[in-house]
Amino acid sequence: MAKDFGIGAEAKRTEDIRYLTGAGNYTHDVNVHGQAYAVFVRSNMAHARIKSVGAAAAEGMPGVLAVFTGEDFKDVGGNPAGWFIGSRDGSPMKEPKRPVLAHGKVRHVGDAYAAVIAQTYMEAKDAAQAVADASEFEELPAIIDMAQALADSSNRVHDEIADNQCFDWGWIEDNRAKVDAAIKAAPHVTTLELVNNRLIPNAMEPRASIGEFNPGTGDYKLTTTSQNPHLTRLLVAAFVLGIPENKLQVVAPDVGGGFGSKIYHYGEEALVLAAAKKLKKPVKWVAERSESFLSDAHGRDHVTKIELACEKDGTFIAFRTETMANVGAYLSNFSTVTPTFLHGTLMAGPYKVPNVYVNVKTVFTNTAPVDAYRGAGRPEATYSLERVVDQMCRELGLDPFEVRRKNFITTDMFPYTTPAGLAYDVGNYHATLDKAMELADVAGFEARRKAAAAKGKLRGLGLSTWIEACGIAPSNLVGILGARVGLYDAATVRVNPTGNVSVMVGAHSHGQSHETVFAQIISDMFGIPMSSVDIVHGDTAKIPFGMGSYGSRSLAVCGQAMANAADKVIAKGKKIAAHMLEATEAEIVFSDGVFAVSGTNRSKTFGEIAFSAYVPHNYPLATLEPGLEETAFYDPANFTYPAGTYLCEVEVDAETGKVDVCNFTCADDFGNVINPMVVRGQVHGGVVQGIGQALLEHGVYDENGQLLSGSYMDYTMPRADDVPFVTVDHSCITPCSHNKLGVKGCGEAGAIGSPPAVVNAVLDALNRGGHKIAHIDMPLTPSRVWSAMNA
Amino acid sequence: MTKVTMTVNGKSVSAETEGRTLLSSYLREGLGLTGTHIGCDTSQCGACVVHIDGVAVKSCSVFAQDVAGSKVTTIEGMANADGSLGVIQQAFQDHHGLQCGFCTPGMVMSSAALLANNPKPTEADVRHGLEGNICRCTGYHNIVKAVMAASGQDVAAVAAE
Repeated sequence: MAKDFGIGAEAKRTEDIRYLTGAGNYTHDVNVHGQAYAVFVRSNMAHARIKSVGAAAAEGMPGVLAVFTGEDFKDVGGNPAGWFIGSRDGSPMKEPKRPVLAHGKVRHVGDAYAAVIAQTYMEAKDAAQAVADASEFEELPAIIDMAQALADSSNRVHDEIADNQCFDWGWIEDNRAKVDAAIKAAPHVTTLELVNNRLIPNAMEPRASIGEFNPGTGDYKLTTTSQNPHLTRLLVAAFVLGIPENKLQVVAPDVGGGFGSKIYHYGEEALVLAAAKKLKKPVKWVAERSESFLSDAHGRDHVTKIELACEKDGTFIAFRTETMANVGAYLSNFSTVTPTFLHGTLMAGPYKVPNVYVNVKTVFTNTAPVDAYRGAGRPEATYSLERVVDQMCRELGLDPFEVRRKNFITTDMFPYTTPAGLAYDVGNYHATLDKAMELADVAGFEARRKAAAAKGKLRGLGLSTWIEACGIAPSNLVGILGARVGLYDAATVRVNPTGNVSVMVGAHSHGQSHETVFAQIISDMFGIPMSSVDIVHGDTAKIPFGMGSYGSRSLAVCGQAMANAADKVIAKGKKIAAHMLEATEAEIVFSDGVFAVSGTNRSKTFGEIAFSAYVPHNYPLATLEPGLEETAFYDPANFTYPAGTYLCEVEVDAETGKVDVCNFTCADDFGNVINPMVVRGQVHGGVVQGIGQALLEHGVYDENGQLLSGSYMDYTMPRADDVPFVTVDHSCITPCSHNKLGVKGCGEAGAIGSPPAVVNAVLDALNRGGHKIAHIDMPLTPSRVWSAMNA
Repeated sequence: MTKVTMTVNGKSVSAETEGRTLLSSYLREGLGLTGTHIGCDTSQCGACVVHIDGVAVKSCSVFAQDVAGSKVTTIEGMANADGSLGVIQQAFQDHHGLQCGFCTPGMVMSSAALLANNPKPTEADVRHGLEGNICRCTGYHNIVKAVMAASGQDVAAVAAE
């Protein structure tokens, strides 16, 4: 059979069948014979010394098997930060231990300090309440405000960290004086103070974990909601519990969305494993949504001052950023890299600005840990830049489209090294700007604005030109920057004797469609139907290795690893064909699933070669090994740099301040596209998450550290009637220059580019309507917009 | 514990339950029908929507014993008799109306109820009709398209790519 859906086809998704028929297999759906249930006892105070844990209260309650407290884990390791970031003065970052269960102090509402294991979920829940009721605390003042936390050493999240500061990072420190001087001498400086609002990820599947232990072999198994099972295995095994990695299998089956929050290892995973070993019983835990709100790693939460220095004609001279980034109560795994290298290095945007300096202070507070959330640092960078550029245009009376055009890096300048330290390989920012303006009918905006004004609505047009560094890798670069892991990926391509193919990939799909998209690549390369290709992911016992899925890296890193392994299979196939066809290897050509001797009609199909590999009668075994299976590890030469232009049109109700998003248009350059339908879907979702950040979502703690937005009644998720259709174009293509697929990654783009487009649109509407407003912090709720209009 | 009996996807079933057992748990734990998902346990997200006697209901908001004797349909009962995808399921696949799949069962069940009440909904009707179901992946774009397509409308005419 010939290939059916290759690279570039809008193949329907193979994974859909199980999801549409209720046959998905999420962690909560997995039940292991004899399993017990864990329920965690979580702090209802933001900051307190633990005087006593009322574990005894659960003893003798129906079904209770064990109660674990922080005392049980005080001698095992902590959950580490994955990146080391140094301070400007050369001092190392502060790394307080993050224990499995809180010990000594609880540091945020939701911090787990005990866990009850019982025969049934309800028995565990009842007993957990009894433990909570019997536990005693000395409540301490909550540390919530970042500036206050830095200023007041008398109150500390971690007793050993005097100023609640993790590090004070400068990027690039050598640029600092030059940037200061340029800003001082500049003809115009625009300054904005911004809050990048705290977000709560809210993957629709709450976290869940099942621990198993086999006393006969000493093997552990963790089934868990993870975006990267191998990293979880490393963290649980080597850092926290001290289990040999070969004794721990981590399985992440179907995972119901991640958006960053399921990258990280959480204490619940270590607890169910330790409990399974102690009780010789499988132990299952499933988070309630309120636990997700309280204990999943949150996102964003920056307070930023950004200054843009420019000529009077809008030519950029320098950007200077000072940010306080909240890391919450403990360092989550990527919490130190997100506000630094994933943020500071993007502060040149797509612009040829000569001077950039970024200072980031990370602050411990009595709030849930904050870590990478869809976009991770890059949305924060893009928001600051695109907001300040727009405000500068307003101050100087310049056209925001023309100012961007004037400052864009041009196509003849690539590769281009920015003053923020990244080397962009390719791009065409003018092309995406032109495309977006055409698709959004910018020329017709004035007529639409007048029509809106006639019905009492203020209409505005907002622009955002974004760039991101994706395909998070390469190891040698991230190693220099402070990563404690490598960031390659791996895949094994196994051709079975009957010619169908199993592909084991280190990336994990939790909505990204790898089972379809990766199969399209193999189908294309081998000339076989997609239905003959299975993509296997999410099981450390099945796949060679992998660094998982985040940072829009799956295709650009793991996809390329898979393509490299497939190339090796083809090379091996040529050897086999040469033997079977009595030709030299150099004479064999492979295309459309057929190995042929060049210039002859002698050939063997892919299936015949596969069969022969496993039935190697008459093989010259000294030079030709049986089997047809290859593995590749791929470590890229650089990040990839997707970029694009987003245009948003809004109408603001002049009476109430309510914002309606009328149109949203995206012109993206993702390099080559494997499945356009999937790419558009990724952008739709990202854009709506960004609209959510701009208009609706806000994780709010009060001054006592209580999470005010701890349910869907209080935390406003975008719903179907909050958003419009989103126009997505990806026809502007500059293929990535350093991976053979020419791909860049599309998973985070929507969430990166959209918030400033929405906010710029609202401010455009208000200013055109006669309200001289420089800025409103997200989310732009009716209350905030109305208050700004009526200030 | 009480034995609760009802008809689920056309078959009479029963399971032992506590009085406090929610219909969602009865289906998942009692009957092993894990297609009905629990996304929030506070009747806000819609992942657990099923039909009770033809009406779309969040199954985390009712006790199992209160619907004893009812006819319940879950996502597992939505395929055609020959196992092929039903019209709405097929439209969701054709229009890429799902990504991680977690909200999907509830979305399909809510969409089926919506279309039963309003066979030719406008875009606004669909968006309003699905506002009780949260999806974090798709931005709703392709879900709205899928529902309109399932109603026989030409979605290319109403929705951008």
